[in-house]
Amino acid sequence: MNQQQMPSEGFWSRLINIDRRWIYLVIGIVVFIPILFPIGLPVQVTKEVQNVYDRIDSLKAGSIIMIPMEYDPATMAELQPMAYAILRHCFSKGIKVISTALQIEGVTIIKNDLELIAAEYGRKYGEDYVFLGYKPYPGIVILNMGEDFRKPFPRDYYGNLLDSLPMMAGVYNYSSCAMIVNINATSGVDYWINYAHTRYGAPLAIGVTAVMATDYYAFLSSNQIFGLIGGLKGAAEYEKLINHPGLAMRAMDVQSIAHSVIVIFIIVGNIAYFSSRKKKG
Amino acid sequence: MKREIPLLIVLVFGVFMAFQYFVPHRISSNIYQEFNNWTIIIGIFTMVIGIASLLSVHYSKIRFRKEGWGYSFVTIISLIGMAGLGLFGGMENDLFIHFYRFGLSPVTATMFALLAFFIASAAYRAFRARTVLSTLLLLAAVIVMLGRVPIGEIISGWLPEPLQLSKISEFLLYVPNTAAKRTIYIGVGLGVAAVSLKIILGIERTWLGGDGK
Amino acid sequence: MRLAIGLAASLFLLSVTAVAEISGAALDTTPAIPSNPIKNCRITDKPNDVGGALTLEWELVPSISAAGYAGEIAIYRSTAAEGPYELAATLPGNALRYEDSGLKDHVCYYYRLIYIEEGIESAAFEAGSGVAAGQWFHTGRIPILILMLLFSATAVFFIKRARSGYTFKVRPIAGINAVDEAIGRATEMGRPILYVPGLGTAADVATIAAFTILARVARKTAEYNTRVIVPNYDPVVMTVCQEVVREAYSAAGKPDLYDPKDVFYVTQDQFPYTAAVNGIILREKTATNFYMGMFYAESLVLAETGFVAGSIQIAGTDQLVQIPFFVCACDFVLMGEELYAASAYLSKEPQQLGTLKAQDWGKVTIAALIIIGTIFATFGWKSFAAWFNVG
Repeated sequence: MNQQQMPSEGFWSRLINIDRRWIYLVIGIVVFIPILFPIGLPVQVTKEVQNVYDRIDSLKAGSIIMIPMEYDPATMAELQPMAYAILRHCFSKGIKVISTALQIEGVTIIKNDLELIAAEYGRKYGEDYVFLGYKPYPGIVILNMGEDFRKPFPRDYYGNLLDSLPMMAGVYNYSSCAMIVNINATSGVDYWINYAHTRYGAPLAIGVTAVMATDYYAFLSSNQIFGLIGGLKGAAEYEKLINHPGLAMRAMDVQSIAHSVIVIFIIVGNIAYFSSRKKKG
Repeated sequence: MKREIPLLIVLVFGVFMAFQYFVPHRISSNIYQEFNNWTIIIGIFTMVIGIASLLSVHYSKIRFRKEGWGYSFVTIISLIGMAGLGLFGGMENDLFIHFYRFGLSPVTATMFALLAFFIASAAYRAFRARTVLSTLLLLAAVIVMLGRVPIGEIISGWLPEPLQLSKISEFLLYVPNTAAKRTIYIGVGLGVAAVSLKIILGIERTWLGGDGK
Repeated sequence: MRLAIGLAASLFLLSVTAVAEISGAALDTTPAIPSNPIKNCRITDKPNDVGGALTLEWELVPSISAAGYAGEIAIYRSTAAEGPYELAATLPGNALRYEDSGLKDHVCYYYRLIYIEEGIESAAFEAGSGVAAGQWFHTGRIPILILMLLFSATAVFFIKRARSGYTFKVRPIAGINAVDEAIGRATEMGRPILYVPGLGTAADVATIAAFTILARVARKTAEYNTRVIVPNYDPVVMTVCQEVVREAYSAAGKPDLYDPKDVFYVTQDQFPYTAAVNGIILREKTATNFYMGMFYAESLVLAETGFVAGSIQIAGTDQLVQIPFFVCACDFVLMGEELYAASAYLSKEPQQLGTLKAQDWGKVTIAALIIIGTIFATFGWKSFAAWFNVG
């Protein structure tokens, strides 16, 4: 009996202490395969994303939205599809956009993203969108923009005086914007909530990475933000709403399968744990 | 005096900044912004100290041929190269952009992507249904993981709405998650207030170096 | 006969008028804007602000809402009643409020509002005038002021009580108790200790708490002749950390053992910093790793690398999202306020412990306010909860 138990106990112990690289390999494979062979799993829209879409959709052409974007090459994969979807929604409706990039590593990416989507809809710089660029210390910049955009940014990213841009005529601060949709992968999102919304009363929605999203449901239920787009799933929902499927919707297959595999790992880990414990008596 | 003067500055500025929050007038706001500007200026000047430290550490590694000195060489060349390109060629310089796009971008994106692998490995190792509480934690994690992706809809879409994974996940995020987060936020907020008060009153002095005595 | 002619003429006139009205209705597609679509405009100084802003609030006649607010509202501003007026803003047709900012304080501004639909303008509505000014006290923040003063008074009371000899019972925190043990282990193994003060700035309370713990760690490592490596993300934090470690070595009577090259700056870029720290963990084979301060997505990458390297790991952060990751991969974790409480626990000074007691009373007060607010809101009296909505 003991002789029969030994290999079995060894198996469960080995399974518990499996070389982590096997786990990495499995994750690598399940991430890679759906990219090659898409399944097209359906995406369900959540109310926090629907709220953002509805608020933007209710605006008339010519309204101004502020879309500050703070992501870098590391978080670009998660937030860029979200930025594309929201910019597409705005530019397709003739809504004007003011943007900033308060994370130094992402300035070039965000400038390129704005130019790319604006060109898709034939929108002109200075008339349909303005990019203010980067200034250090986001909290202070956000506070100053609450007074006047010209305080931290007398000139835009390209060196133009703000007063020389037709779109900025009569546009002073957040109160000139219908809302702020902050796409942010940093803790700087707290500054937008504390200063832009709480201090200056700007209606605010946020788009954050999936891991950050859980932290901001508290702000959603306290109405400090009116919408929350979380990670690639949120971006996929927005792509579905604007009827422009993109990278995020394709990535939903990958995310679904990867999550399922992690759940299987957890189940297997628990079976191994309890089996080895049972065997040990 | 070496200790008293910084403590006095902290007391005066700390009390001023605390009460400035309640004075919205332009004069108060301008002083506040001026102090913020000082922070930026001080921060930028300390960058010089930081870079000097970086160069000193890596130069010493190269000089004494310490283990991995080759990496130090790459660090110094990269630092000087990128700074030179940015300073003399501008941020729109092709070479600068290329190094950024094809060097820095993929490397940092890879570092972030490693999280997926590390999370899988950590979840496999750490999520054990040892007690009732850890079982609840495990179940909540599984529901949220599946409920937030389309596969959750496929698995549970046929169930009545309140039992669907996406709805349970929504409930978990909106109710227990929010309640727990708010509780910790309250504790953190009071902790911040207590530490700030201790610093302003000069009770907490470790930021002065050593144990502050 | 006259009557017949009169009737005929009347009928003719009526029919002509009717035809004209019908044809007019059929041909004239211009919108019928009421002569005065905007009414009852109130211009007030924006409350609780720095100055330079006025708030305009008005009403629209019902026919505008019935027409679906198809037009726009143009707001004109002047510093003289007779003009000239300049366009301040154009708002959607359903707007009932506008905040005009960028104005000069103590200057009288006059406003005209015009409703425009398909290029047709209504008569200008003389909205009145207003003077902007900044306020010296923010009335919306009274609840915060009261709570701040209350908390400070409680803290001072307990500090004084502690100084007078009263001893407070303090719950032990495993993470703090494990600090000495972890340093001892590194000494036994003859390997260095890694201390990561996070990605925060020197102004963040979590980073200040990290300085406190570093002082204790450095003092112990100096006593045990163990090397402590402190890679920094922020140059200001690096300067303070250098000072903290140098002073700790001096306090331990071993100033010559302090090597400033062990407390160094890496980069202010998140993942390159992470890569550098991971490299240190793997190359230096650190026996103990401390992660204290503010951490973001790099938390699990660092902690997993430390786990793989077999280091004992103690983490402390106030970043709630990162706590689960640290719990998975570290031996001990200081969660949220436990990190801030570290200095009080480590120093055991009565006045430091006094503030912990004030924190407890702060929690009791907030819990009581939440319960009272919930009861009042349940019975329909929401003003109590609304009073805490600070601007």
